[in-house]
Amino acid sequence: MIVITVVLVLMVLAALWASLTTLLLRAAIALALTSAMLAVVMYSLGATLAAVLELSVCAGLISVVFVSVISLTQRKPFKDYVTRRMSRMRRFWPLPLVLIAIGVALSFVHAPVQVALPLPGGDGDVRTVLWNLRQLDLFGQILILLAGVFGVLVFFKKEAKDGD
Amino acid sequence: MSDVILLLPFAALIVLNILPRGARAHAWIVAAAVFGLQTAAAILLPFNVVDWSFLGPFEKVVGFTLRADGLSVLLLLTAGIAGLASIMVGRASLGQPRARFAFANLVLIALIGMNGIAMVRDLFSLYVFIEVTSVAAVILVALRDGEAAFEGAWKYLLLSAVASVLMLASVALFLLTAGGVSFDEAAAALAAPTPEVWIAAALFLCGLFVKSAMVPFHGWLADAYSEAPPAVSVFLAGIVTKASGIFALMRLAPGVLSPAGPGRMILLVVGAATAVGGALLSLTQTDMKRMLAYSSVSQMGYIIMALGGQPALALAAAAVHFFNHTVSKAQLFTNAAAVESRLGTRDMDRMGGIASRMPVTGGTSAVATLSVAGLPPLAGFWSKLLIVIALWNAGQVVFAVIAVLTSLVTLAYFLSLQRKVFFGTILPEWSEVREAGPGYVVPALALAAITVAVGLGFPFLLPILLGGGA
Amino acid sequence: MAIEIPQSFWLYFIFFILLLVDGLWCMLATYNLLRILIGLEILMKSVTFFLVVAGYLSGRMALAQAMVITVIVIEVVVVVAAAGIILGLFRRNDSLNIRTTRNLKG
Repeated sequence: MIVITVVLVLMVLAALWASLTTLLLRAAIALALTSAMLAVVMYSLGATLAAVLELSVCAGLISVVFVSVISLTQRKPFKDYVTRRMSRMRRFWPLPLVLIAIGVALSFVHAPVQVALPLPGGDGDVRTVLWNLRQLDLFGQILILLAGVFGVLVFFKKEAKDGD
Repeated sequence: MSDVILLLPFAALIVLNILPRGARAHAWIVAAAVFGLQTAAAILLPFNVVDWSFLGPFEKVVGFTLRADGLSVLLLLTAGIAGLASIMVGRASLGQPRARFAFANLVLIALIGMNGIAMVRDLFSLYVFIEVTSVAAVILVALRDGEAAFEGAWKYLLLSAVASVLMLASVALFLLTAGGVSFDEAAAALAAPTPEVWIAAALFLCGLFVKSAMVPFHGWLADAYSEAPPAVSVFLAGIVTKASGIFALMRLAPGVLSPAGPGRMILLVVGAATAVGGALLSLTQTDMKRMLAYSSVSQMGYIIMALGGQPALALAAAAVHFFNHTVSKAQLFTNAAAVESRLGTRDMDRMGGIASRMPVTGGTSAVATLSVAGLPPLAGFWSKLLIVIALWNAGQVVFAVIAVLTSLVTLAYFLSLQRKVFFGTILPEWSEVREAGPGYVVPALALAAITVAVGLGFPFLLPILLGGGA
Repeated sequence: MAIEIPQSFWLYFIFFILLLVDGLWCMLATYNLLRILIGLEILMKSVTFFLVVAGYLSGRMALAQAMVITVIVIEVVVVVAAAGIILGLFRRNDSLNIRTTRNLKG
């Protein structure tokens, strides 16, 4: 319980760092860190397969996408960031306070939440559920990956044409 | 049969992508064939779940949990018709073979997404297929080379993703409190609701409102519709946004989400606000496609209002208006595409008297205008009448009056469009303009014919609708 | 029909809300397109987390995991599409500032 709470706190801190930091590259790294912490939490709660996917895909693939986009759009010299940091902080200073206030307020709530009863005989293995019960979702995944492929073709091949 | 509806376009997709390079220019034929088959199937065939056991060990792969009922057939039919029109316009308006190829593929993906939306029985699968449709639509919007297209796509993507987050949070809450995410389980939970269940339902509703561009979440629609390539606008306005947002609401509102009480009032208020807001915003537009876009927002508000009416009529009224509006809007956007292709502009203040040079476009546009404004004996009159009756019978007199008054505003802005673009004296710069090519004229004529036919034949269709029902 | 889970739910719920608000704030308090995307990513992670928690608390981890796997795939495609749009906007305007792309009015 303690471990999970600590990791959760780290996750939120990493997410906060991602929002607050001025350098985009650091924000991308902070996002990867958030994913990693989330993966640890998911693993502790028992979602092992999902945790692995989260770690490899979100902390890995998406970070690569972000870093490549950042490097392709990088233009400002570094000294500009220092001057922008102040204006950024000014916009953001209420955020940590708001978050602490929300956290404190919610910690006083004791209302019981009605939760569904666990299934008798357990829940089954995620692989069985995924392949036998949720084929429609798998089909949807295939479709959206295909759409993504065409998205890449539409967006990125155009750039090659512009460069000629 | 239900599974085949999903798998046939998928097979077409695979076929398209293993074609050799040279044959890709003809990809649109395959796409058109798929859409045509779907339209025919929706009209002619009964929908049962196929027995896949002959596949042996492969049965597990295609054992989808789908069910096609009357409401599904509505979407399947409408998607087929709107898609056909869109492909014909795309054939005429997209020049590069690569753009055509991507268009054909993405349109097929969107079609599978919409067919899925029509037939799922599960909140999470509904989310998945809505996402498939939305992502395909976003990429379609950005298909044209031009900055404005990217901005419309960006807004669409962003708001769509935020709506997805809302829907997912709702799914998680349903999982927590109801132990499952199928329609039946959610309905059971709502039969004995706790505060958490109400919040879950409200979250899902909000997500769907954003996807349907209900007021106050309508900001993304005008940009996406107006800046997308002409064929994509026909497709989007015709069916895609409707399928992902409005249809899901039609599927959920009667049974799952709002059996009574606050749900109905929410639908009425949001629908009315959208109908009025969209109409007022339409009045102020000078870009032809933007005006049509806000008009779509307004008409979809009507559909949501209808869902809050008398239960016996509500779904039928919403369904008829859904179909009529798809046909009319697809046709209006086809006309806009025709005008844009010949004139090179969408600014209505620069147009005038086009009807004398483009008679078919002007004529069909007049038919669609009168139908959407609700004039008899066209299709739109009947659907608006049904909506007003459904509201009146449910005791919602105020909303019925709002519906009628907004119809007047609708007539006003459409007449303004007709006057500015098609009638009056023709400006000298357009005096050499010819009628648009067959790719624009044929779908416009076909869609107008459907509008007239439905309007004239409606008294015969109505008993089928109410009896065979949703 | 229900079991009452005392503090656990609210503990997880607090962190869900914290992530949610952080993501929303990040999306709203910036003019940079990439940062808006980062905010969106944080939002999606918060919801992924909530799904896992819902599965854990109701004992339906397999179903929740199946859903999370699908959500992650969708999330990736959305990020790639958004990155593509951002690159396209950058190449047109030479800027990642959302104000320079706001020329569609009404």
